Amino acid sequence: MRAVIAEDSVLLRVGVVKVLEMAGFEVVAEVGDGEALLTAVEEHRPDIAVVDVRMPPGFTDEGVRAALVIRQQWPKTAVLLLSQYVEERYAADLLSANTSSIGYLLKQRVADVEEFVDALRRVAAGGTALDPQVVSQLLVRRHSGPLDRLTPREREVLELMAGGRSNAGIAGQLVVSESAVAKHINNIFAKLDLPKADADHRRVLAVLSFLGVA
Amino acid sequence: MLLPWPAPGPDTYRFPMHTTARLRRLLLFPFQGAGRPVSFLVTGVLVQLGVLFVASLPWLLFLPVLDPAGQLLLAVFIPFTAIVLAGPLLTEVQRGRFRTRLDVAIPSPYAGQRPRLPEWLRSRAGHRQLRYHLLDGPLLALTGSFTLLAWVVAGTATSIYLWIWLVPLDWRVDHPGYYTWAAYVTAAGLALLHIARLSTDALSRLDTRTATVLLGPSREEQLARRVEDLTESRTGLVDAVDAERRRIERDLHDGAQQRLVSLAVNLGLAKATLTDLPEEARKVIGEAHREAKEAIEELSGLVRGLHPAVLEDRGLDPALSGIAARAPIPVRVKVDLPSRPSPTIEAVAYFVVSEALTNVVKHAEASSAEVTVERFGTTLLVVISDDGVGGAEPTGGTGLAGLAKRVASVDGTLSVDSPVGGPTVITVELPCVP
Repeated sequence: MRAVIAEDSVLLRVGVVKVLEMAGFEVVAEVGDGEALLTAVEEHRPDIAVVDVRMPPGFTDEGVRAALVIRQQWPKTAVLLLSQYVEERYAADLLSANTSSIGYLLKQRVADVEEFVDALRRVAAGGTALDPQVVSQLLVRRHSGPLDRLTPREREVLELMAGGRSNAGIAGQLVVSESAVAKHINNIFAKLDLPKADADHRRVLAVLSFLGVA
Repeated sequence: MLLPWPAPGPDTYRFPMHTTARLRRLLLFPFQGAGRPVSFLVTGVLVQLGVLFVASLPWLLFLPVLDPAGQLLLAVFIPFTAIVLAGPLLTEVQRGRFRTRLDVAIPSPYAGQRPRLPEWLRSRAGHRQLRYHLLDGPLLALTGSFTLLAWVVAGTATSIYLWIWLVPLDWRVDHPGYYTWAAYVTAAGLALLHIARLSTDALSRLDTRTATVLLGPSREEQLARRVEDLTESRTGLVDAVDAERRRIERDLHDGAQQRLVSLAVNLGLAKATLTDLPEEARKVIGEAHREAKEAIEELSGLVRGLHPAVLEDRGLDPALSGIAARAPIPVRVKVDLPSRPSPTIEAVAYFVVSEALTNVVKHAEASSAEVTVERFGTTLLVVISDDGVGGAEPTGGTGLAGLAKRVASVDGTLSVDSPVGGPTVITVELPCVP
């Protein structure tokens, strides 16, 4: 798997490169701003781009804008955004445009090497990875609606689903059996009035409804 | 050891020296440092004479050719009007006189630019200045001219022997006993010199006091200006503190935080890759990794407490959502602002919500809380409510007093409504320019 990294802080860039290499990714380009990132992606067509949200020249949302362009122009390149803090609007922007191959994590998660590698692989494989902090912050926005009908446990399961985890991953996190997770998920689908379609699609819809972007 | 008495030394001869010194001081007293107050009186008299001369010019020139009504007009109305119109200029002249002659700075009675003549005429400061130019000033100058006259007379009398020496010799022959008579005159002159000097000083002091009151700002105006100055300097201080917090936040973020993340990444890599190390070494690495991550968390918490980057970059809405998301109870946040308030006001609002929610979690035993931020005209309204047990005391040690101080530093108000049994509603109003 080939990766491109866009990060203006040299220290962090070196760290992320090491983690990527350890996880078996080949880092084909390291850049420091959004423009250079787009050029690099066009040239190398990597499997994944790891992108800092805040980069020169404006130090605002250069990374998010570049990510939206990448996902639109080169849909085969997955994007994992790293941010110093949670801005739920970015997450909403990204998720309303894409429901796959996208991730949004806080920078400090890179330190949890194994989990970060997990998230990298998941996103590169077409999944999603949302920082738990993003998820709980989006929850603050949900004022009322079908989500209020969920039990606290079901809500927990949905949060983990939104984070991009599989049933097995959720079961591991909550220390319950996989069948219990499946039961919770079915209850969630029912309570959110989601149409009976294939499970993956319903999963995405549930998450989107949870995040308030659908 | 026995000492001879009185002990030999300079002290033995002190008495006669002392007398000489006293005498010298007595004779020189009228002149020492007299130049400035005397020139102050002279300039005061000259200014008033100048005013009198200019004001009486039309009177001198046209009086004979007019009827009595016209004469009255010229004699009273025109000089009066002239002085009134020249009032601001006269004030400047007088302030200059105090500044250059006595080193007394009479502060300007106006907060900013000098008002235009119509406003000046209507203002209290204008009225006070006119009183000085029309009444106090002339009276003081009149007294001043008497004092100056006293100086001249005293000087002449003291130097009477000189004058006698100048007159023809036969005058002395015609006036036997003039020698004794002249001694009396000299003594009287010396006394008058003292009086003139004392009177000069007293008059300078009186004029200074009068002018400070009449030409400077009144007590009320002084206080108003002081309040204005203090408000300005406090705003500057609050802004500076805020800017400093932001700078520290930037430095921490660009420096220590990045380094710590890098350290934690390296330790994490070591933990993940060095699987063939002895169990003990792996434990140490694991421990170090955990501690590095904790340090990152602690530093992020510290940075958030200083001035979170999200507040500066994105404003109150995402910053408050962040606080709410980290709170252990559900917190609903509603921020409705057409535009961003000033950074200082944003910072105060952020810390109010942050502290208030900390209080809610610590003391209120609430199951949920709600935060709304709205703008009404020039007021930013921040309301934090919870469904807890209530009974919060604004003066108690719950951090509310500190909050109130922070709010007051930007001229905001904080009110707490917290009946025992709840709910608690904290309402904060902050000034904000739309």
